[in-house]
Amino acid sequence: MTGATPAAEPTLLELTGVAVEYGRRGARVRAVDGVDLTVAAGEVVGLVGESGCGKSSLGRAAVGLEPLAAGSARFLGEPVTTIGRGARPGRLRRLQMVFQDPYSSLNPRRTVGDLVADGVTLGGGSRAEGRTRAAALLERVGLPASAAGAYPHEFSGGQRQRIAIARTLAADPLCIVADEPISALDASAQATVANLLSGLVRDGGIGLLLVSHDLSVVRQVADRVAVMYLGRVVEVGTTEQVWSRPQHPYTQALVAAIPRPDGGGVLPADLPGDVPDPADPPSGCRFHPRCPIVEDRCRTTDPRPETVAGREVACLVRAAPSARADA
Amino acid sequence: MEPLLRVEDLRVELPTRRGLRPAVDGLSFDVGEGEIVGIAGESGSGKTMTAMTLLGLLPHGARTSGSARFDGRDLLTLGRRQLRDLRGRQIAMVSQDPSTALHPILPVGTQVTEHMRHHLGLSKSAARAEAVDLLATVRIPDPERALGAYPGQFSGGMRQRIAIAVALAARPRLLLADEPTTALDVTVQAGILRLLDRLRRERGLAVLVITHDLGVMSAVADRVAVMYAGRLAESGPRAQVLAAPRHPYTRGLLDALPHPEAADDPARVALRPIPGSPPSLGDVPAGCPFHPRCAFAVPACSTDRPEPLPVAAGHLLACPPDPLPRDDAAPVAEGAPA
Ligand SMILES: Nc1ncnc2c1ncn2[C@@H]1O[C@H](COP(=O)(O)OP(=O)(O)OP(=O)(O)O)[C@@H](O)[C@H]1O
Ligand SMILES: Nc1ncnc2c1ncn2[C@@H]1O[C@H](COP(=O)(O)OP(=O)(O)OP(=O)(O)O)[C@@H](O)[C@H]1O
Ligand code: SF4
Ligand SMILES: [Mg+2]
Ligand SMILES: [Mg+2]
Repeated sequence: MTGATPAAEPTLLELTGVAVEYGRRGARVRAVDGVDLTVAAGEVVGLVGESGCGKSSLGRAAVGLEPLAAGSARFLGEPVTTIGRGARPGRLRRLQMVFQDPYSSLNPRRTVGDLVADGVTLGGGSRAEGRTRAAALLERVGLPASAAGAYPHEFSGGQRQRIAIARTLAADPLCIVADEPISALDASAQATVANLLSGLVRDGGIGLLLVSHDLSVVRQVADRVAVMYLGRVVEVGTTEQVWSRPQHPYTQALVAAIPRPDGGGVLPADLPGDVPDPADPPSGCRFHPRCPIVEDRCRTTDPRPETVAGREVACLVRAAPSARADA
Repeated sequence: MEPLLRVEDLRVELPTRRGLRPAVDGLSFDVGEGEIVGIAGESGSGKTMTAMTLLGLLPHGARTSGSARFDGRDLLTLGRRQLRDLRGRQIAMVSQDPSTALHPILPVGTQVTEHMRHHLGLSKSAARAEAVDLLATVRIPDPERALGAYPGQFSGGMRQRIAIAVALAARPRLLLADEPTTALDVTVQAGILRLLDRLRRERGLAVLVITHDLGVMSAVADRVAVMYAGRLAESGPRAQVLAAPRHPYTRGLLDALPHPEAADDPARVALRPIPGSPPSLGDVPAGCPFHPRCAFAVPACSTDRPEPLPVAAGHLLACPPDPLPRDDAAPVAEGAPA
């Protein structure tokens, strides 16, 4: 099965049946509903999906920043316990997260140098070590070493995102969950940071769970891609499979909606229909109200992941095409 | 007739520890009614500061020169009261920084209806109905219930869409959209781009869209300006700038993009960033600010400051060597050798 981790590399992060719930007006809302995913050493796993489908919730749960409503998260075989954003207990120090919002995740009253040095101390290093490494780390993410003396508000959005990445790298992580680390960057900076992250993975044996809605960048750096829709993984396979021959109709819609930078003035294809609310998920297949190949059975039967064209796909029609020749 | 917004020779200096330094330096562009104009450029090139200047929201101690005429009035010289009256009602902004766009402890409904009631004089129930419509248009699930929820209860991309709804609530004439779809997945992005396109056709909304995403630019912008280190590198009709760029920086940005075929290639080529890094505020090189990173630089590039000059109809280029090979199919300046 190509969707699986290559057996040779040790699994760093293992998510099994993970569910995340939030309270909303007394009711429980299941934002992530039973996700299985692994990240091995030396591997980049891309996690893509619609805005609000639960990518950040899953990422936070994976590093212990969100309690699990069901399932388990393990780092190096040990359960990930729920903790706050501050110092991590020793065995979780090498599991780090880059947050989606670079504005609220950087303390505005500390200099950039101190913020990066904090990363070193959070990872268990000394203050002095932190100060000496900060400058080098800033240069590594494409910022001048002189940035260390300035405060976060003196930087643009993309520059702040790189500061956040430098801080995460300062903790000397073994596994990184990076939530949209490159979406705020211009094409050239995206290329720099994407190359930096994939270099760390390939040369340093780090594992990376790369959360992003940008399929075109994910496909460039990820070994495997998992596609989420409304709290579930609907397709997972090698990047090449998912990108070139997507099977799930939602993945196909995603690939079709990527705008081309050719100056053509073509509005990308929309995915019609209402974005569903996790508080009230559709019956049967959660994608059925918006699915272009929907059949009657989709309205009642909840599809389980099955192997289709070498990768895992949760789609009744793709798993067992009916006599109608539209699949 | 003058376009709705005409920015001429805009210069914005920001306070740094080493004194005032230009973040925007000699930028000119127009946005007409019903038109979508895009500003692209490297992170830190001054795109957000340009939008902030138009709204009078620069950091304390900043200094501006040049002019930015909106509907005939220069936004740079208007008083704070007058600017405040324009903000929200006539000119609205979708901010890149999601934490400032929405008030964390006010319910979403209050934030969307506030401008409608204040500026449009709608009754409470009419404003509520319009807010539900607007939230549905930006694809927020269950808009009725969303009105009572707080920003923290939504995902990053949903907050961004709510911020777009707030910006559109007072039916502004000019929308400054700073990375409006950067936090969104491509299908939701497609919906927002279609919404902007519809509003400009139906309501004549003028849009200044700031984005580093050249695909987004290509989809909606009529004209594109590319900035580097606070200056204009190149501007012109979308098809010319993106399909036949004349500035080496624009070329470099396009070349840094992932290639559609990449994943098919088992060797997985690394992305190609532009070598070197952009200058920080106050360290802008003499001559052409891009020259230390430019593969085509000639000696004059490190001494003479290039000014944007017309090279084709509506196409300005700040690169005197004009070194890029000309695509035969691309439009060429009148009289210029093909
Ligand atoms: N409050 C501030 N004080 C001083 N300098 C600032 C301030 N805000 C931004 N800058 C600097 O001004 C320059 C332009 O910033 P701006 O936010 O306009 O960039 P941008 O083009 O929007 O970049 P991005 O794509 O990363 O958002 C940057 O060099 C930045 O470091
Ligand atoms: N603190 C919270 N309280 C209540 N609901 C929440 C909270 N955080 C997230 N949610 C809900 O959980 C769902 C998933 O949110 P999440 O942030 O994980 O999405 P996402 O896939 O990261 O989206 P985006 O691409 O927009 O960042 C959304 O419906 C959101 O409204
Ligand atoms: S199961 Fe049915 S509704 Fe769901 S994606 Fe497949 S075809 Fe579409
Ligand atoms: Mg998110
Ligand atoms: Mg900006």
